[in-house]
Amino acid sequence: MNQSFELPGSYKKWTMGLIIVGAVALLYGFIMYHPFGHSARGVNVSGTRFWAVLLQNSVYWLLVVNAAMFFIGVTTLAMGGWQVALRRVPEAISSVVPVLGVIAFFILMAIVWGGHDDIYPWVNEATVKSDKIINGKSGFLNPKFFTVWSAITIGLWSFLGYKMRSLSLQSDQDGPMDYETGNAWVKKNILWASLFIVFFGLTVGSTIPWLWLMSIDVHWYSTMFSWYTFASTFVAGLSLIALFIVFLKNNGQLQYVTDEHIHDIGKFMFAFSVFWAYLWFSQYMLIWYANIPEETGYFKIRVQGPYRGIFFLNLILNFGCPLLILMKKSSKRNYTLLTFMAILIIFGHWIDFWQMVMPGTMYENAQIMPFEFGIALLFIGIIMWRVGVYFSTNSLTAKNHPFLKESMIHHV
Amino acid sequence: MAGGIKKFVVGCFDDEAVLFPAVKNVRRKGYKIHDVYTPFPVHGLDHAMGLRETSLHTAGFIYGITGTATALTCISWIFTKDWPLNIGGKPHFALPAWIPITFELTVLFAAVGMVLTFCYLCQLSPFVKKHHFHLRATDDLFVMVIECTDKTNDEEVQAFLTAAGASEVNVQVAETGWWLGRYDREQKLYRELEKGY
Repeated sequence: MNQSFELPGSYKKWTMGLIIVGAVALLYGFIMYHPFGHSARGVNVSGTRFWAVLLQNSVYWLLVVNAAMFFIGVTTLAMGGWQVALRRVPEAISSVVPVLGVIAFFILMAIVWGGHDDIYPWVNEATVKSDKIINGKSGFLNPKFFTVWSAITIGLWSFLGYKMRSLSLQSDQDGPMDYETGNAWVKKNILWASLFIVFFGLTVGSTIPWLWLMSIDVHWYSTMFSWYTFASTFVAGLSLIALFIVFLKNNGQLQYVTDEHIHDIGKFMFAFSVFWAYLWFSQYMLIWYANIPEETGYFKIRVQGPYRGIFFLNLILNFGCPLLILMKKSSKRNYTLLTFMAILIIFGHWIDFWQMVMPGTMYENAQIMPFEFGIALLFIGIIMWRVGVYFSTNSLTAKNHPFLKESMIHHV
Repeated sequence: MAGGIKKFVVGCFDDEAVLFPAVKNVRRKGYKIHDVYTPFPVHGLDHAMGLRETSLHTAGFIYGITGTATALTCISWIFTKDWPLNIGGKPHFALPAWIPITFELTVLFAAVGMVLTFCYLCQLSPFVKKHHFHLRATDDLFVMVIECTDKTNDEEVQAFLTAAGASEVNVQVAETGWWLGRYDREQKLYRELEKGY
């Protein structure tokens, strides 16, 4: 059993390269886009673009890496054994949560306390006073509650995730477990996993997408929105797990992970792509059918306005492609095809988040140019760096996990 | 009668741990396994027997897209050509409103089609009979059935199965396919046939 894994040089080079490219993009935006200039709606468009892109990327990538801990949580609560052989991969991904959490928190604070009502209209007190709808929501949508709840959320995600990871890492040091210790250890895992899941439901499942994303289109609301956001990030999180598993397998690691495990991860990617489409449709169809003006405003600009192409591309990338390509058993077991699909899904949901943020902030001026991609690469670089650190400092197999045998003989 | 009458050597096993190596040995020896009947689905047995992957899911996909196509053509023809109605001021070609029905027809076609195909592949149907090699295959015995050809020496096969750990071995002459009919009459027929073999 490999105690530590030496990262290949190319991985380190790519990580460094992505972070440098991203940092250059960030610096370019910082200098050229006047992010601290005047910030009314539609006035300083490039400044709005700077913050909108940072918001989109920080929230997206944070929710994606946090989905990895959700995966561990649900499989723990379901007493699932099959994923134990690959469990260190989602663990490693979830270890990025504190890093991206702090970054996202700073960006959110800069937007809210910097008075960027071009992003969040409700941070402007004059607007809140004159606008009846926003005024009615001000008990929930106000900078103080936003700050406190965001801080609690990021803090608890990081803390509960840390608890789950340290339980797992501790089992490496304590040696093989007998029945009693194993039982107690599994129960402890269940306790912390359930705390995480409950808090995850309170945050990702409801409040956090309302605050961070839905409040951009402040007059509009949808009861499907948080689920939709969750489905989007969960399927992207699963794709990220698949990518790292393929990477480690190609480097001769994870000897207990077989095609059966890869197949199951592929099934998850397929199933949650369909789940995402189900929520996408549920949200769209009800609003289309009821046809109430305050609800249709959200889709007006997306379906009939300048975002029409992106709107349908979103559906093709995130529903059409996974449905048709991942349907076959052989494609879920094919490393190359699975890698391609994972990248496509992660990119597709990045586009999904882009079309959540941009229409309400940039209107017809939104762009997908090197700056947008550069910031995305910065976040990918940070994820790769942190995951690489976790891989190279910890054993890649939870060798004393009581369910490891079940995972080794896993057969679909 | 459909498949024709053949001679079989039947070996019964008490334990799946004995069954697996036996299946492997029988295949290595070159005997033709007709089928293995088990009281419950045995994981990995299909692989050990060298069965090919089922094509049931391909059939399911075809039934599914048939359902999709049926729903979409039918609804769109009704609402745009045959009987256009103004429903809530929506366009006649109101695709989002049709998606739930399309989805349901897809699932219906796929589900019903796959159940019927499954029954056909397994030769199961009401009023249709198939030969049981051993009734305890539905209870607690693992029953391996080897098909004999003209050149097979059935005593040799019986000895081989006993050596492989079978608790009970016998030779049967039976119909391979399924047929419409009653067991009591068919059983008499077998007894006569068996004498003449």
